Amino acid sequence: MSTTSEHAGKAATIVEPVRVQTPFQRFLSDYFDSRVATGAIVVFGIILFIALFAPWISPQDPYDLMIVDVMNSRMRPGEKSLTGMTFLLGSDGAGRDMLSAIFYGLRTSLTVGVMSGLIALCIGMSVGLSAAYFGGRTDSLIMRVVDLQLSFPAILIALILLSILGKGVDKIIIALVIAQWAYYARTVRASALVERRKEYIEAATCLALSHRRIVLRHLLPNVLPPLIVVGTLQTAHAISLEATLSFLGVGLPQTQPSLGLLISNGFEYMLSGKYWISFFPGVALLVTIVSINLVGDQLRDVLNPRLER
Amino acid sequence: MSVFITRRVLQSLVVIFVMSLLVFFGVNIVGDPIDMLINPEADQEDIEAAIRALGLDRPIHEQYWYFLLNALKGDLGKSFIFAEPALKLILQRMPATLELAFTAMLMAIFLGIPLGVYAGLKPNSKVSKTIMAGSILGFSLPTFWVGLMFIMIFAVMLGWLPSTGRGDTTSLLGIQVSFLTWDGLRHLLLPALNLALFKISLVIRLARAGTREVALQDYIKFARAKGLHSSRVVLVHVMKNIMIPVVTVLGLELGGVIAFAVVTETVFAWPGMGKLLIDSIQLLDRPIIVAYLMITVLMFVVINLVVDVIYSLLDPRVRLKDVKS
Repeated sequence: MSTTSEHAGKAATIVEPVRVQTPFQRFLSDYFDSRVATGAIVVFGIILFIALFAPWISPQDPYDLMIVDVMNSRMRPGEKSLTGMTFLLGSDGAGRDMLSAIFYGLRTSLTVGVMSGLIALCIGMSVGLSAAYFGGRTDSLIMRVVDLQLSFPAILIALILLSILGKGVDKIIIALVIAQWAYYARTVRASALVERRKEYIEAATCLALSHRRIVLRHLLPNVLPPLIVVGTLQTAHAISLEATLSFLGVGLPQTQPSLGLLISNGFEYMLSGKYWISFFPGVALLVTIVSINLVGDQLRDVLNPRLER
Repeated sequence: MSVFITRRVLQSLVVIFVMSLLVFFGVNIVGDPIDMLINPEADQEDIEAAIRALGLDRPIHEQYWYFLLNALKGDLGKSFIFAEPALKLILQRMPATLELAFTAMLMAIFLGIPLGVYAGLKPNSKVSKTIMAGSILGFSLPTFWVGLMFIMIFAVMLGWLPSTGRGDTTSLLGIQVSFLTWDGLRHLLLPALNLALFKISLVIRLARAGTREVALQDYIKFARAKGLHSSRVVLVHVMKNIMIPVVTVLGLELGGVIAFAVVTETVFAWPGMGKLLIDSIQLLDRPIIVAYLMITVLMFVVINLVVDVIYSLLDPRVRLKDVKS
């Protein structure tokens, strides 16, 4: 009894003064300072959860032809079907439950957005790092290509590529990667150029470390913060871009509807006042994009060393 | 100056050349040119005749040479659907797109600048915060969905404005335009606002940032101390100084507006070249796609060139740095 209390007392006296935050803890407490940003990350967490577990939490499998019944088509939100199922957000032209279709659509939209973002990030990062590290001819050649590409809007590049490649999840990911990598390359190069002139890189060079080690172990960790910010905002952009392309009918095939395709499918019903078929997928898309953008904005404020608070 | 312009023009020619290579090889290597350029409904004899006419039986570098020569002559192939030269079809649709794009740009200027200046002058007022929240939404909302909501609210629910087409057009210098008739104007309003939304948000942000910076300067304080009316201070002293970044960015964004017109035109069935492109992609009318690409590349290169040259006229440091390097 006495020993435990002694222990506790000791622990308390030892723990009390040692309250140094690790950089990561400081980052977390800075991030959660803002209520809006906290809300945004919670909302994004929910969206991510829905996208991951869509097959288990959806009221019905919207692409199982055994369940979907045309008799239930164009139900108003809240209406009950003949089999007793309630369509919380109504049903579409083929009798699918909109809520389930949105859950599955989120899955496709997020997959495309995140995959294309990650691949473009990797390519852009390698290209940007090599441009900044090696400099000279390599740098000017790479930056010419980047500048050339950035003078055309991403949507136009993606549209051109898809008109040549055709439809499909893999194809739209390829198109989005090609449309986006230049943004990452430019960001990484800009911050790597600043880092490269600092003493620790000089020290590493003096130690005769290999190029590979200097770039990957010394330069890369220090250019990560701006890259994370751009990555977040670009992912939101990619999701919006994919939705736009699918809406235009050049993105995904009808068998794998993303939110954009759901909105596009509801377009024809909108003029007759059946707003819910494209309204609710649009709201889901909007919430996703806004929450990712808010998270990205807060990350930019927290990770930017120039904004001392 | 002439050295700078010559260099820029040469660079632009290189860009056009590279893009023509990319488009050509995109069509010929990634895709099957026989599929892409010859009507799939043609019979065997026609296909063989077309292969010879297009030079597809020759080696690839000779084919590229033919493509380039024809493109320089303004021959970018014939549409399968309309059986007319692709270039002619696109040029016919271009005024509609340009009308939409320029109206959107004007909206961005005349709505964005006043709102942004107001938000910059009174950064803590409720109205300013609403304006800024609105501009965040304007950045985040996907254009096509906003367009759909406009149609739902203003055309279907309220029935105030039409949702599709261009309405009555009148001829101005031989070009059909909508903005001179009341009906055309009503048709133009929603698509133009839809296209402008993103740019309005951008201009609000630029104008607000500029105003907050300028409002602290000594000459503004002096103008106020002199007893000038506050409307004169804002309209003359503040506005003049925030216009430079706004005009530069808007010039660069013109290309983006024309590219995004594809989306707006599809939503509102606006008969411009973007709608033509989407229809052609769906109908596999490849010559029009190729022609659209080459025209857009040309347009972008010209816009970038003009913006660069104007910028170097406004800011001599740009061209001096370029000549030195």
